[in-house]
Amino acid sequence: MKTMDLQELEKRFQEKIDKEIKIEPNDWMPDEYRKTLIRQISQHAHSEIVGMLPEGNWITRAPNLRRKAVLLAKVQDEAGHGLYLYSSVETLGADREATIDDLHSGKAKYSSIFNYPAVTWADIGTIGWLVDGAAIMNQVALCRCSYGPYARGMVKICKEESFHQRQGFESLVTLCNGTPTQKAMAQDAMNRFWWPALMMFGPSDDESPNSAQSMKWKIKRFSNDELRQSFVDATVPQAEILGLTIPDPNLKWNEETGHYDFSPINWDEFWQVVNGNGPCNKERIEARTKAKEEGMWVREAAMAYAEKRALKKTA
Amino acid sequence: MKNEDLYNYVLRLGDDSLILGQRLGEWCGHGPILEEDIAMTNISLDLIGQAMSLLDYAGVLDGQGKDHDALAFLRFENEYRNALLLEQPNGDFANTMMRQFLFDAFRKPLYEKLLESTDMQIAAIAEKSLKETRYHLKHTSEWVIRLGDGTDESHQRAQTALDLLWRYTDELFFQTEEDTTLISLGMVPSMSEIKAEWSKTVLSVLEEATLVIPTNNWQFEGGRRGMHSEHLGFLLADLQYMQRAYPNMKW
Repeated sequence: MKTMDLQELEKRFQEKIDKEIKIEPNDWMPDEYRKTLIRQISQHAHSEIVGMLPEGNWITRAPNLRRKAVLLAKVQDEAGHGLYLYSSVETLGADREATIDDLHSGKAKYSSIFNYPAVTWADIGTIGWLVDGAAIMNQVALCRCSYGPYARGMVKICKEESFHQRQGFESLVTLCNGTPTQKAMAQDAMNRFWWPALMMFGPSDDESPNSAQSMKWKIKRFSNDELRQSFVDATVPQAEILGLTIPDPNLKWNEETGHYDFSPINWDEFWQVVNGNGPCNKERIEARTKAKEEGMWVREAAMAYAEKRALKKTA
Repeated sequence: MKNEDLYNYVLRLGDDSLILGQRLGEWCGHGPILEEDIAMTNISLDLIGQAMSLLDYAGVLDGQGKDHDALAFLRFENEYRNALLLEQPNGDFANTMMRQFLFDAFRKPLYEKLLESTDMQIAAIAEKSLKETRYHLKHTSEWVIRLGDGTDESHQRAQTALDLLWRYTDELFFQTEEDTTLISLGMVPSMSEIKAEWSKTVLSVLEEATLVIPTNNWQFEGGRRGMHSEHLGFLLADLQYMQRAYPNMKW
């Protein structure tokens, strides 16, 4: 293709984006746009799937049948989100299994929050409230993402995530109105999940190299720091309703900015966890790799059977 | 107790759903294919829902104000009445699908008959549960066929599962003398009718799957009388953990 043509295509592409016209799978798009989306959507899909593990741990130990059913339904929703997202990745020409192999080899990342352990029942409510809450902040903005299939998938995902966030909050209301032991369990979970939840928005804007281009392409609508601030502002009053203390001595309302101030984030911890040194990185990837390896014969059987059926039909 | 015979009957139904639902939940996040991960937790969810309805009704028949949680979480091992089949460990995917299939093939005709129960509550629970169970049976039948007639490895695994689980199937049709009273009142069907339907389904699916019924036809029983395998204790340790460690709290 001639350089002029390419420039013209890029210009038309950007014009569509500027006019808020969605980009669809068969439309022309810059390679970098495609690559960015494949990376972002597949990482989002991996996060949903890896995210099933800490919560899935508690399905067999849920304290009553209603909570067990709610948790089953929630984790099943996460698996469903993974499915839509892998399908979105496929519309960009990527292979689902290849992106999963990238997860297992460590090439592809997923949300670091799932490398923290879920050690008590209160963690389940806290994950719903804080982790799904933080995810919603990101995902509501993604409903307006310039890439059509991703944006549409996100609309459905957001509806379910906001349900999960409310379920998590409701579960914590029960704990916080319960016995001192239950309240202490909820506070302990808050202490462990607060900072990792804030880290979910990613590095600060000045440390986030891909952000500017993603904003121009309207894959991203708000910066990491803007989303993090919105999350803190929305969550502090909810913690007050629960009567839980946020583990940050510097957290206070700032009249001037109209936002809450909070302590600097421990970015060293963030990068350590991203790069494989979180408490559960190894266990999470091992569990996913094991599921794939141990399921190989099942997939082979399904393929072999389908082939036999097809042969019988043509015979 | 208001109606001990019916209580015992409903408790067996409720415990079957509860224990199998609990077992299937263990697969969550570890399924061989994402779609099957979803399918297994979906079946688990249906079974836990059925257990809630059935155990609530058992609590009503018991008349001591127990709800589904009191019955699900606060009994001792020998007070559970599920069939031994359902407490067997998941094993591999073939074992899980075979266990589920052998159970679904029993549950479907049972719910079809319970639909006509003279007890309105049982009929209502059967109506809701039958819709779910039809899907489960369709799903597991397809998998048993696919695995049996898939590759050599999947065939071998499916046959091993059948050989292992076959000896727990007779117990599904357990019937007490008290049940005969319920049968005469039109509240529940005779198990011989259910077994005939079950055999028909099982034989036809196994034939299509190219699997053979093991020649050793020794049958175990005990679960219906509270005599369980070693596996149930571990399952209950997980299931009851929170209620036992933190007694008398609302969750």
